[in-house]
Amino acid sequence: MLAVAFIAFAMFQFVGDPISNLVGQDTSTEEREQLKQDLGLNDSIVVQFGHFIGNAVQGEFGKSYRLRKPVKELIAERFPATLELSLLSAFIALLVGIPMGVYTALRRDSWLAQGFMTLSLIGISLPTFLIGIFLILFFGVMLQWLPTFGRGETVDLGWWTTGFLTVSGWKSLIMPAITLAIFQMTLIVRLIRAEMLEVLRSDYIKFARARGLKERSISFSHALKNTLVPVITIIGLQIGSLIAFAIITESVFQWPGMGLLFIQAIEEVDIPIMSAYLLLIAFVFVLINLIVDVLYYAIDPRLRMN
Amino acid sequence: MVEYFIDLRQRFFASDIWWSFKSSPLVVIAAFITVIIIFSSVFASYVAPYNPFDLAQFDLMDALKPPAWMAEGTSKFLLGTDDQGRDVLSTILYGSRVSLLVGFLSVIFAMIIGIVVGLIAGYSGGWVDAVLMRIADVQLSFPAILIALLVDGIARGLLPKNSHDELAIYVLIVAIALSFWVQYARTVRSSTMVERTKEYVQAAQVIGLPKLLILFRHILPNVMGPVLVIATIQLALAVITEATLSFLGVGVPPTSPSLGTLIRVGNDYLFSGEWWITVFPGLALVILVLAVNILGDWLRDALNPKLR
Amino acid sequence: MKLKSLVIAGVSALALSAVVAAPVSAKTFKFAFQGDAQSLDPHSLNETFTLGMLGNVYEPLIDYDKDMNKIPGLATKWEAVSPTKWKFTLRKGVKFHNGNTFNADDVIFTWERMGSEGSDQKARAGLIKSITKIDDYTIIVETPVPNPTVLNEMTVMYVMDKEWAMKNNAMKSSSPKDAGRDGSYATTHANGTGPFMVESRQPDVKTVMVRYKDHWNKNIATNVDRVEFTPIKQAATRVAALLSGQIDLVYPVPVQDWNRLNNAPGVKALAGPEARTIFLGMDQMRDELLHSSVKGKNPFKDVRVRKAFAHAIDLNAIKKAIMRGAATPSGLMWAPQIQGYNAKFNTPYKYDPAMSKKLLAEAGYGDGFTVTMDCPNNRYVNDEKICQAVASMMAKVGVKIDLLAQPKSKYFAKVLAQGGYNTSFYLLGWTPGSMDVYNVLNSLIVCQNKEKKAGAYNLGGYCNKRIDELTVIIASETDVAKRQAAIDEASKILQDEVGYLPLHQQPLSWGVRDGVNVAQRADNVLDYRDVVMP
Repeated sequence: MLAVAFIAFAMFQFVGDPISNLVGQDTSTEEREQLKQDLGLNDSIVVQFGHFIGNAVQGEFGKSYRLRKPVKELIAERFPATLELSLLSAFIALLVGIPMGVYTALRRDSWLAQGFMTLSLIGISLPTFLIGIFLILFFGVMLQWLPTFGRGETVDLGWWTTGFLTVSGWKSLIMPAITLAIFQMTLIVRLIRAEMLEVLRSDYIKFARARGLKERSISFSHALKNTLVPVITIIGLQIGSLIAFAIITESVFQWPGMGLLFIQAIEEVDIPIMSAYLLLIAFVFVLINLIVDVLYYAIDPRLRMN
Repeated sequence: MVEYFIDLRQRFFASDIWWSFKSSPLVVIAAFITVIIIFSSVFASYVAPYNPFDLAQFDLMDALKPPAWMAEGTSKFLLGTDDQGRDVLSTILYGSRVSLLVGFLSVIFAMIIGIVVGLIAGYSGGWVDAVLMRIADVQLSFPAILIALLVDGIARGLLPKNSHDELAIYVLIVAIALSFWVQYARTVRSSTMVERTKEYVQAAQVIGLPKLLILFRHILPNVMGPVLVIATIQLALAVITEATLSFLGVGVPPTSPSLGTLIRVGNDYLFSGEWWITVFPGLALVILVLAVNILGDWLRDALNPKLR
Repeated sequence: MKLKSLVIAGVSALALSAVVAAPVSAKTFKFAFQGDAQSLDPHSLNETFTLGMLGNVYEPLIDYDKDMNKIPGLATKWEAVSPTKWKFTLRKGVKFHNGNTFNADDVIFTWERMGSEGSDQKARAGLIKSITKIDDYTIIVETPVPNPTVLNEMTVMYVMDKEWAMKNNAMKSSSPKDAGRDGSYATTHANGTGPFMVESRQPDVKTVMVRYKDHWNKNIATNVDRVEFTPIKQAATRVAALLSGQIDLVYPVPVQDWNRLNNAPGVKALAGPEARTIFLGMDQMRDELLHSSVKGKNPFKDVRVRKAFAHAIDLNAIKKAIMRGAATPSGLMWAPQIQGYNAKFNTPYKYDPAMSKKLLAEAGYGDGFTVTMDCPNNRYVNDEKICQAVASMMAKVGVKIDLLAQPKSKYFAKVLAQGGYNTSFYLLGWTPGSMDVYNVLNSLIVCQNKEKKAGAYNLGGYCNKRIDELTVIIASETDVAKRQAAIDEASKILQDEVGYLPLHQQPLSWGVRDGVNVAQRADNVLDYRDVVMP
């Protein structure tokens, strides 16, 4: 994580100059220089990095240049939005992706399976922003069924704001969640199919068949279970791209999550937000790798014995 | 390496792969389309009616003409013109060239990094493996856009000025490659770890062959299968990532647009009714990605002996 | 959604028809802009949107009405007692949102706060030498030199309550610097005298304002009780929010979407001329351009080359194809709304590629040359598309433009003073904050002079001694006719020397729901005082 933070700091040198966004056009050059000095932007990367780590250890991430608010508060405000969106979209992706994957593996040559495969490909061949805009155009503007931006009404639980408790919150979630889910879904369908095909030809499935077990029971309790291990590994790995695509989805739907916060921070060169965000993402990665490892044991009995 | 590919070719026509290729009409169509797209974009300067990259060739007064079959369209521009008066058909052909160049080069670049890292990590094990895989983890937590910004900044600092057009493309290639290599590395590493324990490798070690030779001459050919499969999917992904990056403002310059840039620019005209500016490049991108992926799927199945 | 809105419509129709005498139900006005205000502190950022939004919460002594005429705000009248002294009579009976009474001390405090460390209004505060209190409701404002534009500048001097600031440790202006300093309270809290109060605010997500019932002016047009503001960054999403009926007003709207809005039921596009002038600048100070194929000399130092550029660019084509007919091609560096504008000098250079080629050949560039053009791609209306069009037009006379279009953070970092004016040819836009010609001349056109803080945005280093002399006259000449003569002479010189290539005034482009009445001010400010809901 230290490495992440340091690389991040090295990168910020190339993102642009924050000062022009922080002052008006009539502000003199000397004052701009002064501000730059005060913000510590004239120090070397190493010094800036030292400051940042020193503060971060104490749980202090500074104040956003642009929004003039402590980064901690901003991220706490935005995190629930992103998490709820990611969870729902992961849920959709699994709910639709797994059955589709199983089906395409079992009925490999049927027309429906071929159709599913083609459909899933369209999911990854259209850029996310285009899918988002099309959804907005169709369901938001033409049919006017769903809200086109934001989170709708949220309920504040004190430490968490949720959109799950209101009708408008759910309505607002649908389109962004689908947009974000499509890419993950494609991946899951293809992975499950490939792994299932392998597993179905393995010996123990043949034994199961020989024992006269029902086809359905074989496919789901034996074959599917064994395919899940590699699937979970890859999904864990794909969190990176989930985050990358969440940035796009959030900016298309003006979803008030961390991705939107981050992309605007890049645009306005809001260094405190960028560094805190990257650190948080690195932390999330560590966490996910941990969860993935635990899940292995839960799913695959062979691992438990070791 | 060369011998390996010659060998591969000889085996190819005699193999089941060729047979399975011929027997699936979908795959044949996909291959046909891929070849056509690659051909027409490589030779875009001969195929396309205009050269949209030559700024003197188009006129702002021709801007926003609808496709030829619509009421206000003209036969001069089959698929209409964009906001600058460029022929959409020509920009698609030239744009595909940029997209394919970015796609192919970034995938090859990522593949090389990934294979080398994966081979070394898998073969050496121990702390080398641990360090390399941690680097891979760190890499994953950076969104491609930040990597692109970094590469862009460094390139501008190091390279001579006055070459933004070409520079932007290479920045994209390097950035995409840098965010893609991890998957290859992980795949190659796990296969290498399996191969390492096999007898032929141990035999080679016993007779004292150099490490590099063992790695590249013996292990590499045996781990190439999954790598090629990932590559076909990532080719599509690279093209889309490039489009996404240009949506976020870090793409190729609008004066020499890629398919992605065209879609991004056309995005501005979705509400105003000039749908052809974005729909045709979008369609071209979908067809290209679809065709390449169908080939990739087929290759994955065909290379896996257990599935036949 | 549809059913719900039907029910709401029914209910409000019922409410309207039932009892005429009863007060009309609470009206909520929802609008979206592309970004958010950076702070609630009126002195911490000198930027149009931030100041525009805060102008509904805080008030100046002199305000603009919807046509940008100066009207009494917290001052009821003002008069010049000498060329450098103005006497202001302050409004009595005005209360801040927290109930405190407004008086002369608050005005003096405000001026001091604007000049305090961390303020971004220091330049404005510096226009005033002193403010003397005569009594609680009379003050004398003294300027260092006679200044005909000081009243314009005062329209964004938003008065803050001294007691409130003292109580909350906000005596100094807040700044982007780290938390815990003086003034940071004012970043997230507001207490003005204006007709709206901030109810809640989540930066970048939502800001809610409610009507201040005890506002001194009972005659403002609005019938709105509650304003909900949401920043929506993507243009397509913004337009969709309006089209889908979730929002009453959005701005800016891409000019290409006007047709769509006007053809859609229930919404319309609202367009007007903006005071921002878009122009191209050329590096005329270096002996060799930083980014060009020409080595050893600078082609832009040759007036024939600059003229050739001027005649090669077809402003009407840009207006028609890129701006959808909505731009106003310009021959001057300032818009008609700007004090000091003279229509006589506003004729653009004639589009004449043949003459352009001839001039280039005469200057020795018959075979053309290559130059890099810097361009922002998220700052002005269709900025990147304009640059592309310019590149295409220049190509037709043989000049190859290598276009470098970047997001504004990177663009400004490169071309402005802090980047060392690292550009050869660029596109920029300018709205003078004071709405007066002097600001344009002093920022963009006079020779660069660090000591005098002049020409800071003259990125290409155009320099003419006579214009410098004229600018000094314009700065302090209070006789309107003499001042105009100086402005006209400067305009003429600038045009003859082709110091800049003005392109157009970009349009204001808003989208509103039918029945919502708003005033579209030329400085792109949305004043809630003028919003009338159906």
